[in-house]
Amino acid sequence: MVEVFGIPSYALFGQLLIGLINGSFYALLSLGLAVIFGMLDVINFAHGAQYMMGAFAAYLMLQYLGLDYWVALVIVPFLIAATGIVIERLFLQHIRKLDHLYGLILTFGLALIIEGLFRNEFGSSGKPYQIPALLQGGRNLGFMFLPNYRAWVIAFSLVVCFATWFAIERTRLGSYLRAATENPALVRAFGINVPRMVTLTYGFGVGLAALAGVMAAPIYNVSPQMGSDLIIVVFAVVVIGGMGSILGAILTGFALGVIEGLTKVFFPEASSTVIFVIMAIVLLIRPAGLFGRTA
Amino acid sequence: MRLAGSLAFALTVLFGTAAQAQNPIPVKIGVLSDMSSLYADISGPGSVVAAKMAVHDFNPAAHNMKVDVVSADHQNKPDVGSSIARQWFDVDHVDAIADVPTSSVALAVSDVTREKNKVLLISGAASSDLTGPKCSPNSVHWTYDTWMLANGTGKALVKTGGDTWFFITADYAFGHALERDTAAVVTANGGKVLGHVLVPLNTADFSSFLLQAQQSHAKIIGLANAGGDTDNAIKQGAEFGITAGGQHFAGLLVFIPDVEALGLKTAQGLVLTSTWYWDMNAANRAWTKRWQAERPGKFPSMVVAGVYSSILHYLKAVAALGSAADGKAVVEKMKQMPTDDPLFGKGQVGVDGTVTHPAYLFEVKSPAESKYPGDDFKLRATIPADEAFRPLKDDNCPLVSAAK
Repeated sequence: MVEVFGIPSYALFGQLLIGLINGSFYALLSLGLAVIFGMLDVINFAHGAQYMMGAFAAYLMLQYLGLDYWVALVIVPFLIAATGIVIERLFLQHIRKLDHLYGLILTFGLALIIEGLFRNEFGSSGKPYQIPALLQGGRNLGFMFLPNYRAWVIAFSLVVCFATWFAIERTRLGSYLRAATENPALVRAFGINVPRMVTLTYGFGVGLAALAGVMAAPIYNVSPQMGSDLIIVVFAVVVIGGMGSILGAILTGFALGVIEGLTKVFFPEASSTVIFVIMAIVLLIRPAGLFGRTA
Repeated sequence: MRLAGSLAFALTVLFGTAAQAQNPIPVKIGVLSDMSSLYADISGPGSVVAAKMAVHDFNPAAHNMKVDVVSADHQNKPDVGSSIARQWFDVDHVDAIADVPTSSVALAVSDVTREKNKVLLISGAASSDLTGPKCSPNSVHWTYDTWMLANGTGKALVKTGGDTWFFITADYAFGHALERDTAAVVTANGGKVLGHVLVPLNTADFSSFLLQAQQSHAKIIGLANAGGDTDNAIKQGAEFGITAGGQHFAGLLVFIPDVEALGLKTAQGLVLTSTWYWDMNAANRAWTKRWQAERPGKFPSMVVAGVYSSILHYLKAVAALGSAADGKAVVEKMKQMPTDDPLFGKGQVGVDGTVTHPAYLFEVKSPAESKYPGDDFKLRATIPADEAFRPLKDDNCPLVSAAK
């Protein structure tokens, strides 16, 4: 048996794969944050709460309407995106010209309120949500047992990440968006409704968070604080990747998932801090993040 | 005129002293708990409700006492917990702190309580160190501890063939104590511990740790954690085929809100130890009904019940002493008086501060066996009071050696 640092290699492969799976959650969430920051210049601290809302929406739809996972996967992102659009219209659009700090404090406050409301209604222990029948079970890969659902998570999030990157970096609509962030007045002069585009972009970012929430519901404890546990890590991912960089968010998400996964094997006690250590190092060497553009 | 004057003087003196005698003894109890994070459902706001019920049932007016209940959120942080405790004791005239889930916080608050000579009524925290090497003449540990959990669940599983163990342990005082106590029971009964992994508190993804547990090929995976951490581990364990592969989980500390959060489909068959279950008898059911008036749709954990009973016994001791000022004296009185309340029945506060009462080994019902909401446990065995808790000789508690 080949061993790496005293760990059998087959065990290491398993841990790498698990790191990638966790990384796909980081990637999905940091992607939404990066889109929102890149296009709106808003640091969306409500992202964790919106992820949690996605998971709860899936639970509520199953519990009260009998709609299963697959329906939730399609409907919930739109539903939560709609609440995001309301937030953008009501609050965010009025503070766009102010310092970043205002957006951060506003969304942080919203996150606390949303979490508090859910905790009041559902308690802190969480709610059960089963893995959909189609994806139950798993297969033995030789070096590890891979649950079908995890395989689905990694495949689906790769598709979503690629599609988002493609839409923003390679399509005409994406070019309008990027132009609108650089010079809104000029883009407006071409007859494009910039405020509406910005609103929809926020909705899209929020929808991505909700999508991640639905995907997390069958495997993580669906509880009001599930978002706040994750959001700090995801912010670290975005900072490491470079604020606003789409590709940076995706790649760093996956990479940090793997690094965290390996830490869980070699020094598990540090697995909750390793990402922040990396963040500190990256900021020292490259203050704009790995993929960020220095202004 | 002089007569009227002295009469008035006499009356003032008379009524003055009379009014003083009627001044009720003030007692203030602070419920210090996790109000907003992973342990909030097993204690938190539910403990505050239980504390108020205890005060109501004690009927302070009949004992010439006036009892207030305050509460605060320690956020599972020892520094936050001990600074609230200091503020309560120094500024707000709090006489006793109740509940305090999260062992690391309880250990910190215990030091402050001892320093200020007040009373700590522990229900939510589990570490057996609280009545062991770190025991205090100002503390009473009411509901359960890690030794009792280990002795209950650990022994039962080793005896039924689960003789090799791997631990997934929460990386703080409670997890370490629970793993240590369980490992001792496992080896003492002829079992073997194959390995362990220390996991930071509040971890969402356990798959990496589960994989390590799987590769250890241990028959039993001992979960030395609690709350959301236990839920996540069991939920993901089912996904990774842990139980299908012949390994079994031992949820060393599982509360009824955890079972509700997992759903019976995932949690069924889990063996756990508890000192109180809401559906055990008519008295518990009646109490739960009253509690649910404030917490609709929820089921009280043993921690919540322990908060009720510990406060009731504390108030009886204060009434017997006529003062809450000297914390050590109150705890001494609590140890002298046998405990007797509707929820835990008759028992005794030991020299080390542990309250002994019977413990119960439960198994989580399958969805088919559960007839109504909250009908989650079936009784497998009753562990008598004298076997359920750690014998004093194994305590290493300085109070015990001093008492000899």
